[in-house]
Amino acid sequence: MTYAFFLGCVSPVMARQNEISTRRVAREIGVNLIDVVDFACCGFPIKSVNVETSLLLAARNLSIAEELGLNICTICSGCTGSLTEANKALKENDKLRGDVNKELHKIGREYNGGTRVTHFAKILYHEIGVETLKRKVQKSLEHLAIASHYGCHYLKPSHIYGKAEDPEFPRSLDELVALTGAKTIDYEEKMQCCGGNILGVDENTALTIASRKLDHVTAAAADAINLVCPLCNIVYDRNQRLIEKRLTKSYQIPILFYPQILGLALGINPNELGVTMNRISVQGLLTKI
Amino acid sequence: MTVTKLDPRFKDEVSKLPGGENLKRCFQCGTCNVACPVREIDEEYNPRKIIHMVILGMKDRVLSSDFIWLCSSCYTCEERCPQDVRIPEVMDAIKNLAVNEGYIHNAFAQQAETVGKLGILYAISAFENKRRSRLGLPELPSQNHEIKEIYKITGLDKLLRKREGI
Repeated sequence: MTYAFFLGCVSPVMARQNEISTRRVAREIGVNLIDVVDFACCGFPIKSVNVETSLLLAARNLSIAEELGLNICTICSGCTGSLTEANKALKENDKLRGDVNKELHKIGREYNGGTRVTHFAKILYHEIGVETLKRKVQKSLEHLAIASHYGCHYLKPSHIYGKAEDPEFPRSLDELVALTGAKTIDYEEKMQCCGGNILGVDENTALTIASRKLDHVTAAAADAINLVCPLCNIVYDRNQRLIEKRLTKSYQIPILFYPQILGLALGINPNELGVTMNRISVQGLLTKI
Repeated sequence: MTVTKLDPRFKDEVSKLPGGENLKRCFQCGTCNVACPVREIDEEYNPRKIIHMVILGMKDRVLSSDFIWLCSSCYTCEERCPQDVRIPEVMDAIKNLAVNEGYIHNAFAQQAETVGKLGILYAISAFENKRRSRLGLPELPSQNHEIKEIYKITGLDKLLRKREGI
């Protein structure tokens, strides 16, 4: 199982634990991730400014993977959404594909619809499968209660993902948590957005949206939040102390990327899963395992 | 607001842009407002009202506003909209039009400029690459020149230069 590894912009700078734990877990379970130096921005941050440029950026990445004969593995929900949406539109719309290729030819590239885009968590869930992963568990996380945050672009807009999972009542991340032996926690407003996308536009609103999730997860007595997107992680992990200060709250709730959780259950040394890079300490959590 | 300041063609302009196609299907039910996590905190953001303003032709008012930049693009409204208006896509079309007119929120302008310059959203410094090597991670390129070319091809480089900011 080999994929072109699409790192995205956020993880290597703001969430190295996502990159490190994904690489380590992939190695453990036999998923081969190929680094591709030519990959650049997925197009997501540009969509509000110029849809045409955003589409070209996405198409360019798709054409690179296609040339390598590889499908793409992403580790950011924003990248997954942007690349999946572009791939679908370009595959279905001959005129759009023609127009985009005219532009791509100017930089010596061409899109022919020969690649697929899948988030690493979805590779684990759909392609490797819960049962297979369960058999690999070395260390049950039975003493942990984990609340999953699906975020938005992992599931929505659902039409770009072929409606593979119910966007209002998804189960995949909870099932992935459950296979590790950990208890899965349900909480109020589970499907609420992290607010990260408007952090630069209206910080107070963004942080208030985020605080409500942290309130609900705390009320449900979760030991940690499980997530799959580095932008959500910026909000909940890197900004958690700011939220506490600004809104006079106290959370100290660890935020883990799913590969960190799975990695712990697979018996991988926590230090190889980037746990020291989490802003909110996970040491207390580790003593519970 | 007088009628002479309204531009009845505004809704057609938005509808013609990618993402704006379903704008005129809106029957103002307000499901988007109820679903919206931003609206719940900040009343200034009102997707139903923004669409109504577009249909009424309040072009200048909408394009120069900062509330159009408040969509968190969570797609909850899109999933629930009974008319499949695809509101986040409509918002993108409106914002794209605003950028064409010289209005762009600073946060988005900065992101677009950085991506245009580097090809990525966050700079990878030599220090960063040293750190990556120490962690056993492959070094990453600090720039991608093809992205600059793409900005020239679409004219986004020029659009960003004419921005007025909000």
